[in-house]
Amino acid sequence: MDTMRERFIKTASRLLDEDPRLAVVLADISADGFRPAAERHPDRLINVGIREQLLIGAAAGLAFTGMRPIAHTFASFLVERPFEQVKLDLGHQGVGAVLVSAAGSYDWPAGGRTHMAPGDVALLDTLPDWTVHVPGHPDEAEVLLRHAVADGDGKVYLRLSEHRNEQAVGVTPGRFTVVRQGGRGTVVAVGPMLDAVLAATENLDVTVLYAATVRPFDGAALLAATEQNANVVLVEPYLAGTSANEAHEALADRPHRLLALGVPRGEHRQYGSIPEHLAAYGLDAHGLRDRISAFLW
Amino acid sequence: MTTTTPLGYAELPGLMALMTGDEKHGPAATSTLDALWVLYDRVLRVSPAGADGQDRDRFLLSKGHGPMAYYAVLAAKGFIDPAVLPSFGAYDSPLGHHPDRLLIPGVEISSGSLGHGLPIAVGTALGLRAQGLTDPAVWVLLGDAEFDEGSNHEAVAFAGAAGLDRLHALVIDNSSATHGWRGGIAARFAAEGWSVETVDGRDHEALYAAYTVEHPGRPRVVVARVESKNS
Repeated sequence: MDTMRERFIKTASRLLDEDPRLAVVLADISADGFRPAAERHPDRLINVGIREQLLIGAAAGLAFTGMRPIAHTFASFLVERPFEQVKLDLGHQGVGAVLVSAAGSYDWPAGGRTHMAPGDVALLDTLPDWTVHVPGHPDEAEVLLRHAVADGDGKVYLRLSEHRNEQAVGVTPGRFTVVRQGGRGTVVAVGPMLDAVLAATENLDVTVLYAATVRPFDGAALLAATEQNANVVLVEPYLAGTSANEAHEALADRPHRLLALGVPRGEHRQYGSIPEHLAAYGLDAHGLRDRISAFLW
Repeated sequence: MTTTTPLGYAELPGLMALMTGDEKHGPAATSTLDALWVLYDRVLRVSPAGADGQDRDRFLLSKGHGPMAYYAVLAAKGFIDPAVLPSFGAYDSPLGHHPDRLLIPGVEISSGSLGHGLPIAVGTALGLRAQGLTDPAVWVLLGDAEFDEGSNHEAVAFAGAAGLDRLHALVIDNSSATHGWRGGIAARFAAEGWSVETVDGRDHEALYAAYTVEHPGRPRVVVARVESKNS
């Protein structure tokens, strides 16, 4: 089975063949995988080198001429390092792009803090009108990428990870999916957190909603799920609490309780593996079960 | 190129005088006046009627500070109604102390934060080339102090390597960079394979000649030297 990033390279390469409006801009990351596409489309597969301000600025310039740009690198260097370019060259100029990240919050723990970007979605939340997709499986990544490319000139962030679920969910972009129904509360699992949430809530009487799109936040789905019981747990694979305000807004007219779980803010100076980091953050099935149970019972 | 508008170079000071409130950026505004005028009057293929045409030349004012000269030139060329100029900086004016492309027809980029124009111009040149639009020229105006921003250096190196020959940078050098540029600004572009020329930024014929030099296979920079900001 391929990774989300491999599926992205394969799908974007195929889309370059099909859609003359599409351009892909790289900053060395994934350039090897895109080499065949670069040979077929040297004018639309552009590798600017290790220059992330230019990565976003050039993507914006491509959009100025009517093209649909995808810009891709690790999340740290796509959202955090050139954040002002994301704010001004895309948003303020009135043009859009599809930003596709890899490595996310904890994909390469041995690489340390420099390659971890748990704050990327929270940063984008400071800007207007970004769509944020967080797929949990390569099949979902492909669906969401195709949707993003076809989404006019919208500003779309597609957050890919090595961390994934076993099975894909048949997602509808922008909508949460009801995976399990129960009476004692609602757990919203975002992207790669679904498998651990399902394991953690096995035999617990809770509703599980699955979100592969978090912006816009499907408040209607959360409202519908919490009609009988408005105890809500968010489980996100990035900074804890990133979607807490969205959940509170959706439930503004309903007394509710909220527990927002995710990657802690404090810097975690350990190396190791993804499972070790998930356990350390309390985001493995065991840690989730303890915290969800304590909150709901 | 002939102009059909009734307003010429002699009217620019009067148009600029209609705008007040940004005196802090006064030297920044007048430094660009001649270079902008020659470009708009004799080189750029742009018009208010064709402001959205794909075959137009693109001019990106990266150094958005002190845009009075830019607004005056746009007014002289029919993009801005001169009657709007006195509203400069007012709450409901389209004319900010930094330009906004969504508020003024003919303004290609919203600028103000330094170091954004050249990377966007690189992308614009790439986008035109990818669509087979090899005729339109892309111009971007920077300041010598703006050149401090590292994003420019990312763009200069890449544009040279990519041979973006429809890309043109115009650097207004009024010696305002805090630490200067030993060896000159043009040397930074030349090292990356650009076609370069440094001229007197008040000499219209020299500017025109520098703007219209052929430079196949390479991007072009014209460094226009004007009196020092602090002189």
